[in-house]
Parts: sequence; structure tokens; C-alpha cells
Amino acid sequence: MQPATNNQLQTTNNELLSFRGIEKAFFGVKVLKGVSFTVPAGGMVGLVGENGAGKSTLMNILGGDLQPDAGTITLEGSGYAPLNPQDATRRGIAFIHQELNLFPNLSIAENIFLTRFPRAGVTPFIQRGGMNRRAVDLLREVGLEIPPDRLVETLSAGERQLVEIAKALSIDARLILFDEPTTSLSERETDRLFALISRMRARGITMIYISHTLADVFRLCDDIVVLRDGEVVGSGATKTFTTEKLVSMMVGRTVSQLFPERRSLGKRGDEAEAGFATGAPLLEVNGVSQPGVLRDISFTLRRGEVLGLSGLMGAGRSELARILFGLDPRTAGEVRLNGEQLPRLSPRELIERGVAFLTENRRSEGLCLDASVGDNFTLVTLPQHGRTPLRWLAGASLKSAVERIRAVVKLDAKTSDSQPVRTLSGGNQQKVVLGKWLLRQPRVLMLDEPTRGIDVGARFEIYQLIHQLADQGAGVLVISSDMEELMGLCDRILVMCGGTLVDDLPRAQFDRERILRAALGTNQEAAP
Amino acid sequence: MNRTSRRLLDLAPFLLFVTVLAIFGVQSPKFLESGNLVNIVVQASSTGIVAVGMTFVLLTAGVDLSVGAIMFVAAAVAGKMALAGWPLPIILPVMVAVALMFSACNAFFVTKVRVAAFIVTLATLFIGRGLGLRITETRAMNLPDSFLELGSARWLGVPLPALLFGGVLLVAHLVLTRTPFGRQVFAIGHDVEMAKKAGIRTGRVLAAVYLISGLCAAFAAMVSLGQLGAVSPKFGEQKEFAAIAAAVLGGTSLFGGRGNVFPGTLLGALLIQAIENGLVVVNADPYLYPMITSVVIFISVWLESLRNRTR
Repeated sequence: MQPATNNQLQTTNNELLSFRGIEKAFFGVKVLKGVSFTVPAGGMVGLVGENGAGKSTLMNILGGDLQPDAGTITLEGSGYAPLNPQDATRRGIAFIHQELNLFPNLSIAENIFLTRFPRAGVTPFIQRGGMNRRAVDLLREVGLEIPPDRLVETLSAGERQLVEIAKALSIDARLILFDEPTTSLSERETDRLFALISRMRARGITMIYISHTLADVFRLCDDIVVLRDGEVVGSGATKTFTTEKLVSMMVGRTVSQLFPERRSLGKRGDEAEAGFATGAPLLEVNGVSQPGVLRDISFTLRRGEVLGLSGLMGAGRSELARILFGLDPRTAGEVRLNGEQLPRLSPRELIERGVAFLTENRRSEGLCLDASVGDNFTLVTLPQHGRTPLRWLAGASLKSAVERIRAVVKLDAKTSDSQPVRTLSGGNQQKVVLGKWLLRQPRVLMLDEPTRGIDVGARFEIYQLIHQLADQGAGVLVISSDMEELMGLCDRILVMCGGTLVDDLPRAQFDRERILRAALGTNQEAAP
Repeated sequence: MNRTSRRLLDLAPFLLFVTVLAIFGVQSPKFLESGNLVNIVVQASSTGIVAVGMTFVLLTAGVDLSVGAIMFVAAAVAGKMALAGWPLPIILPVMVAVALMFSACNAFFVTKVRVAAFIVTLATLFIGRGLGLRITETRAMNLPDSFLELGSARWLGVPLPALLFGGVLLVAHLVLTRTPFGRQVFAIGHDVEMAKKAGIRTGRVLAAVYLISGLCAAFAAMVSLGQLGAVSPKFGEQKEFAAIAAAVLGGTSLFGGRGNVFPGTLLGALLIQAIENGLVVVNADPYLYPMITSVVIFISVWLESLRNRTR
């Protein structure tokens, strides 16, 4: 490092990077509410928080993918406001993402030098010899003894990650960001990564480490910053934290009346809960497995029950729902609906039998955005409106169906039935998706992140609709990363971690810390 | 799938080529005579050159349907100029300029207006064919002998069309495998958003591949003019499909990011021509030609999809 830079570092108290008052809102919802913290030069900072706490948004701002609404970032004593990923690269910031950004159809060396190929003199050609030699040096630094002209597609996940790190070293990165780096690694690969990280620290590279694996954060980081709901709720030296304290900081928030009262429970408490437990089994899942995704999942969804599925990103929740809806294959396990065993899961047959699934991508998978509100409402029930021999659709019947559903699903009064769904807000769009399935009167409803990006008012109405459906005897499975939501909405919560079910809590035993610990996979250590 | 069958699949274009040569060779010894083999290469030149340009576009997961129409317009302009007495050294650069104008339109609409390449180039196809018919007034033009002489000329004993084909192949191969631009073409073909995030100027690279495709169409028009000596209303018609077929036969993926011009597209172009030539040599029913060609194309595309499934 040049002397000039050293001086700068000293004048700024050895800070490499500092965030001051960073704010960011999406569709009017604030996800970052004035985040400020500093990263010391040569240090290693762990950034922890629940899903949706704002970690990814903050990192996307640092990487130039997003611009903040307010606040400043200072890097090595001077302002830093990246407009695109190249700006970040130019300032020596590199990202090691969970899903890696390498081109499998190119060689290792080509991936490293993709935008900075060394040229052979004045010719337009790549100086392959020199490039490969430099790549070998970089690979050796990260502990990979592989020919640099190997295609990336022949490498394992761990090897690919090391190539990403080699790429970061090739731009002389001063700050490297790790976002959940160990999720796709084997234990040996993880050890190798950690050894490499400590070697890089010895060279003075500053690092930010984001992980849900708290044990790793404790093992690696000097300082920890805790984010919750877009705010820094705690920061300090690692030794001032305990797992207990960290977890309670991550979850501890006060809930006001964000959820409609769960009626049957509100009336009679535990007895009603027992009443649900004796409800007839509706969807019985037994030993469902898919290598690398799910391991031996068994649970029962009963009539009238709202069942929550909690877990961290990558725990296999969406994958489970997709398998249950017949969208993805499974290698083992049986599924019974109303006591009848389903030999083959296919979306078509399941819809016939009254199963509905709201995917997490409502815009791309749940709606025809350019079609009208009315058309979207009646989409899955169309056959019911064409009963004549030629299957002509009956306009009057369609119209009454839309009226019927709009009496239940309350959109703005000024929203007309002929308005394209694209023009609706996220909350109203989600209500349209929900209404579409309600018209079919589903017996089993699966919802994946039903309120993501939706404001509080619309959430409340969606919760009400879910409760209504359950009260009519349907079974509802809700996947959500928002723990408050699950605790406010559900009768029972299942917790997944690493593709298995690790906990099952009835409403009376709901406990944020217990759920989070189970989801983090630290249950055994913490249990007395 | 094990390593051997994987290796076999990778060699599929080559094995298919050898099989076709062997079948026709057994049917008629004339087929494998050196004169006939040279003939196949010369006849394959025009399609082969277009297919090289097409390979660039396919590698970025795009497609250029307008190449045949571009050939037609360039040839029509060339024909008009030749009949008006312009000399060749002026006509040939004008053909290149006409072709580049068309492909610049393709590039603009694909990269700036962000219309799907399929739609953009389909539009240029119709505009080009319409314009060509307007220029030629739907009549066939017989060109001065200077064109035919060029088509049958040899340099160091090599027919000029084959030489041009070889030159285009060599340059294209070097560009694709040895230059930053070429490697970025592959990156974009894998995932254009990821390429953008990695800092590649995707707009420039995409524009360039359509220009390259247009340039190749101009060269192919020159070769066809030299071989036919005339511009008919059907000049260059369906050349886009022959070119796509040749590239895909050579192992280039329609989904982008995989393929090569050498040996892939070369083998593909030669294979299509060898089948057609072989059917003539063995006196097959001419109505069978398109059917047999399409069966071979089907087989190779099927093998290609098998190969992709293993990845």
C-alpha cells in the first residue's frame, strides 16, 4: 500500500469503511432506517440479523447495485458513492456471494481476467501464457492446485468459491465481503476457506462476513454488528457478545396489534388448540426426501389449521412446498390428501383435488400482469363458467363470480374490474392472487412469503382472509421469513434447518429465541 | 452418463460427418474422388461463411434471421451497379456497406430498443426481401462475366470461394478463442445479466456480433454471385436456416455460450453440402433431399440436447 493511503488511514482513526445514516425504501417501505457503523482497516466484521433485516440491501448499496435514498459511505477517508458494480471493483471492493458469479463455460483464468485480459503487445490477442501464469500464482495463494485453463463447470462448489477469492485478490481487493459463504460447502471445504480467510487477514485485507451460522461469526470476527428491521441494534467487539445476547438482539422487537385475533384460540385458549389437534388430518406428509434438498420430512396438516413453516433462507422451505405441489421431483416419501394416498404429484391433479399454491414470485408466477383484475380473479375457475356443450364462457356468471370475490377480498373501491393488474400496488396484487384461489374454495392452501413487500394494512387483510379460510375448514401452510408474522398468524410452527424439520411448536409454546435457535441449528448446544 | 459416452457426444458432429462420407462413398466411388470433394468445399463456402457469422450471434443466445435477405439486397445493388458499368473494386465495398447498414439496424433495435432478436431480424428479413424485389423489379439479372470469372478463379491452385471461406473461418476462430471480445461473447451467451454485473459492456459486444453476421452475409453474397453469375428473386432465400442448421450441426447451442466455428461450423456446413452432393451423385429422388437433410439435422440437434442434459 502506498504511503499516501497510510496517512489517510491514520487521519481517520484507522477506519477503512464507514456507513453514515444510510436509508433506503422500496415502494414506500423503509428497509434501512439510518444505518451507521464503521469497519476498521484490517479488521473482520460480522454482520448478523434475521432475514429481511436489511443486510442484503446494505451490501447491494456497497456493491453499487442500489443507490441509498440518504446517507453517505466513506472509504479510506474519501466519499464513495458507487453507481454500478464496476465502481466497487475500481475501489478495491470484492464480493463473494452465496450464489457464485462465475461463467461455467469459460476457463478459470478467463473468469479471473474477464474484463481485464492481458494483451500480447499491441495485437488484439489475449496473452494466454502470461494470463495463465498469473492465474496459477493467484490460485496458489488461495490453495488451489488446478490448471488455470480448466473450465469452471468441472469444479466443485468449494473450488469455485476459491476461484472467486482468487479473482478478488487479482483486483488487489482491500475489502472483501462474504455473504453466507459456507452454505454450499462441505466441512473440509469450510475449514479450508477459514484457513484462507486468516491468511488474508494476515495480509491486511479487511473483511465483512455475513452469516446465519453464529458459531462461525464468533470464531472469525473481531467485531459484530447486529441489524434488525433496518437499524443497527447492537455493535461491538465479539468478546462482548454471547450467543444468547446476539439471538435476543436479532429478534427482540415489540409487536403491536399487527395481526387479527385468532378467533377460536382467543375464545378458549388451550382447549381450542386441542380442538384443532383433533381436527381431521388433511394433508399427511411422510418421509419426503430429495437428495441435497430435503431429508425425511414428515408432518400433518389438519383441517382448520394455520401451520407456519419457519427457517432461514436455503433451509428448504420453498423447496418443500414446490415438491408438495408437484413442481419438483422427490425420491422418497408419500403424501396423503384426506386419507387418500397420492401416487403421483402433479400441479394439475392437485388443483383438481383442491390444493392451491401461492408462489413467492407473485408477479412472474402468480398473475397475468397485463390482464384485467376480473380476468385474473376468474383464471383458475374458468371451466366452471363454461358449462354449455361448446364451453362458451358465460359473461354473467363470470361477472357475478368477480362480484362475489370482491365482496370478500377488498380492493380499493376505485379499482375497476377491467383495470390491468400491473397498475395495482403489491398488496392489492397479492389480494388478487389470493382471491383467485379462494374462488376455487381450496381445501389446502400453501403460501410462500405471502406478504413480502406488502404494507402493514394490506397484510392485515391478507391475514384475515387466511383465518377465514381456516375457519371454514381448510388447512393453510404459510412459509415466511418474518417470524413475527408466523407467530401472529399460525396455530403451530414447524422449523426447518438444512433440509430437515428440527422443531414443532404449538401456539402456547411460541418463542422467538427457540425458533431462531432451531433455525440456526444451535438448538442442541443451547438446550439444558 | 459416463465419461466415454460423454466423449462420444462431444465428437458427434465429427462422427456424423464421417458416417455420411462413408455411406455415400460406398454407394458411389465417384463421391470420394478428390474433384468431387473440392466441389463440396466450394459449394459449401457461401452457406459456410454465413454460418460463421451466425455462430457469433447464436453464441450470445441471439439469432439473425435476416442474413439471406441481406445477401439479396447486397447482390441486387451489386447487380444494378454492374449493369450500369461500375467496376468490381467499387461494387464489392458497396455490398459490404449495404449489408452493414442492415445489420446496424438489427444491432440498434436489439441493444438499444431491446426488442427480441428473433422479431427484429424477422422484420429486417421482410424489409430486405421487399427492398431487393423492388430494386430488381422481380426480374433475374444476368451479370457481366467478370463475376463468374471471380467465382471460378484460383489462387495458388485453391478456388477463390474456398479461400475466402477459409480466411473467414481462420479470423473468426482466432477472434472467438483468442481475443477478449471473443471470450466475452461466450460470457454473454451464458448469462447476459451476470455479464453486465461482471463489468462487460454487453451492448457493444451484442451490437458487434450482429455487424459481424452482416459482414459475413456480404461476403457470402459475393461468393454466390461469383458462382451463379446472376441475381434471381430467390437469391439468398432461406440461407438463414441453412446457416443456423450448419452452426447447430457443428455443436453450437441455440441457448448460447457453447460452440465453436472451427471445427464445429465448418463441419456443419460441409456436412449439409456433402449430403446434398451425395444425393445427386447417387441419383436419389430430388424430392427426398430436404427430408434427408432435415433428418440429419434432427439427429444432431437431438444429440446436442443429450449433451446439454448431462451438464
